[in-house]
Amino acid sequence: MSGHPARRKRTNALMLGLTALCALLSASALFAILGYIAWKGASAVSWAFLTRLPVPVGETGGGIANSVLGSLEVVGLAALIGVPVGVLGGVYLAEYGRGRLAFWVRYAADVLNGVPSIVVGLFAYALIVLPMKRFSALSGSVALSVIMVPVVLRSTEDFLRLVPGTIREAALALGVPRWKVTLRVVLPSASRGILTGALLAVSRVAGETAPLIFTAFGNTFWGRGLLEPVATLPLTIYNYAISPYDDWHRQAWAAALVLMLFVLAVNLAARLWLRPRAAN
Amino acid sequence: MNLLAMDAEQPAANIPPPAGAAAPGAPRRPVVMSVRGLRAGYAAGAQALQGVDLEIRERTVTAIIGPSGCGKSTLIRCLNRMHEVIPGAWCEGDVRLGGRDVLQLDPVVLRREVGMVFQRPNPFPTMSVFQNVASGLVLNGERDRAKIAERVEESLRRAALWDEVKDKLDKPGTGLSGGQQQRLCIARALAVEPRVLLMDEPCSALDPLATARIEELLLQIKDQLTIVIVTHNMQQAARVSEYTVFMLMGELVEYGETQAIFTQPSDKRTEDYITGRFG
Ligand SMILES: Nc1ncnc2c1ncn2[C@@H]1O[C@H](COP(=O)(O)OP(=O)(O)O)[C@@H](O)[C@H]1O
Ligand SMILES: [Mg+2]
Repeated sequence: MSGHPARRKRTNALMLGLTALCALLSASALFAILGYIAWKGASAVSWAFLTRLPVPVGETGGGIANSVLGSLEVVGLAALIGVPVGVLGGVYLAEYGRGRLAFWVRYAADVLNGVPSIVVGLFAYALIVLPMKRFSALSGSVALSVIMVPVVLRSTEDFLRLVPGTIREAALALGVPRWKVTLRVVLPSASRGILTGALLAVSRVAGETAPLIFTAFGNTFWGRGLLEPVATLPLTIYNYAISPYDDWHRQAWAAALVLMLFVLAVNLAARLWLRPRAAN
Repeated sequence: MNLLAMDAEQPAANIPPPAGAAAPGAPRRPVVMSVRGLRAGYAAGAQALQGVDLEIRERTVTAIIGPSGCGKSTLIRCLNRMHEVIPGAWCEGDVRLGGRDVLQLDPVVLRREVGMVFQRPNPFPTMSVFQNVASGLVLNGERDRAKIAERVEESLRRAALWDEVKDKLDKPGTGLSGGQQQRLCIARALAVEPRVLLMDEPCSALDPLATARIEELLLQIKDQLTIVIVTHNMQQAARVSEYTVFMLMGELVEYGETQAIFTQPSDKRTEDYITGRFG
């Protein structure tokens, strides 16, 4: 419509090239990170590394078993708290929420989603660590669950909204009470999506470090229950990485590789799960 | 209305003699549902029903015809209170089911007695053929497996679907063809054993063959329960119903035996509509 045809074509080619380049750059960031971590860390990963406790500086053969187990514990408990709250809240928003309350809940969830994770950690510190006068796995889990809730809530709401209204009508017309329609017909129709959302939330918090600094705190031995400090992968990586010892640096890379593979596996599982199954 | 319309005396074109019509002079069946001064509307837009009076007789088929937007769906959705499921929808008037005030009944109880089949087949996507038919029973707390299995087979037979699905009862209900899905939805509604079955244009998404199968099955089940069917296919109304209701712009224009409505309508607007002069 305007400009010289040749110039327009050149601009077009330039823009196309630029967008393709940027797309490629963002995708390659993942592979660069993965590759670099694998290159630095793979040599230190071994069965012993995964199954042994850390050893004092100078000795060789230390592992990260306590951190792996601690991470599973803290993240698992966070999911136990955060997923039900998020799913039920999402059910409220999608199935019942029309008024002012729903608007504010939705808005609060979106804001909460953007709150820096270290602030969430401080919140859990004030809420649990200070009154109990101790660092604990529980406080770390609460911090992570606060991060999970808005993610699960909004994804649950979105997937429930994808369930066609005609399905709800069909069930209501059979004389099924509203709550049962939600629980037995609507939720199962969206269950794959909801589970995917929950898995993505898990993979998101598995790598969180800041909220654990003054909650789960860390531990060089096995954690002794939910009310004691516990080692977690991200914190161990952080502590090893800022240490002055070469051996610890190597272990930090190896632990990072383990964490990365875990997150990747959860992510992949979530996406495979959501992929539409072949119709039979 | 069309000024080029032909002689008003001419009978409706292409309308077969009403096969389902009650024999002339046969005693009238008792009234199962009655509607008095029913007015209804939605949060947005104008009033959809302007005071409808209607009687539905037991174990008959009543067809509701009229141009789209005239309030057919609104009317039948008031009969089982599915209307109020839409946010902001309202209705007032007197609707009775066997003498009981429908607006005072628990909608959950009402809907087990007044079932519904929708325009588009809507089997539950997570359920098998069997589970779809059993859903009304199971979700309402029935646990007796033998009874459920028996009712599922009986309902599928009544919906003329048993022979086609008896080998794939545990396959997903959504894997069936459109016509089969609609008959599955009919079986699902029948399994709850309603007294009245409301059908909102149940064939409008189906091909002629699938439509014919549904009409056939209606003729077979109509001596067991009361059927109210919305259709904008006049041949269909003539083929399956004993009574026909003609609606226009939220009003009930004419209501009577199908044969009478199609051969000697008493209202000029009915005549114009069934002779295809508008709508
Ligand atoms: N959900 C709704 N919200 C607002 N207006 C509606 C809704 N459904 C139907 N209406 C209006 O109510 C009137 C009657 O609609 P409906 O009963 O669906 O007609 P029909 O089934 O005869 O085509 C129409 O004017 C339509 O636009
Ligand atoms: Mg309609």
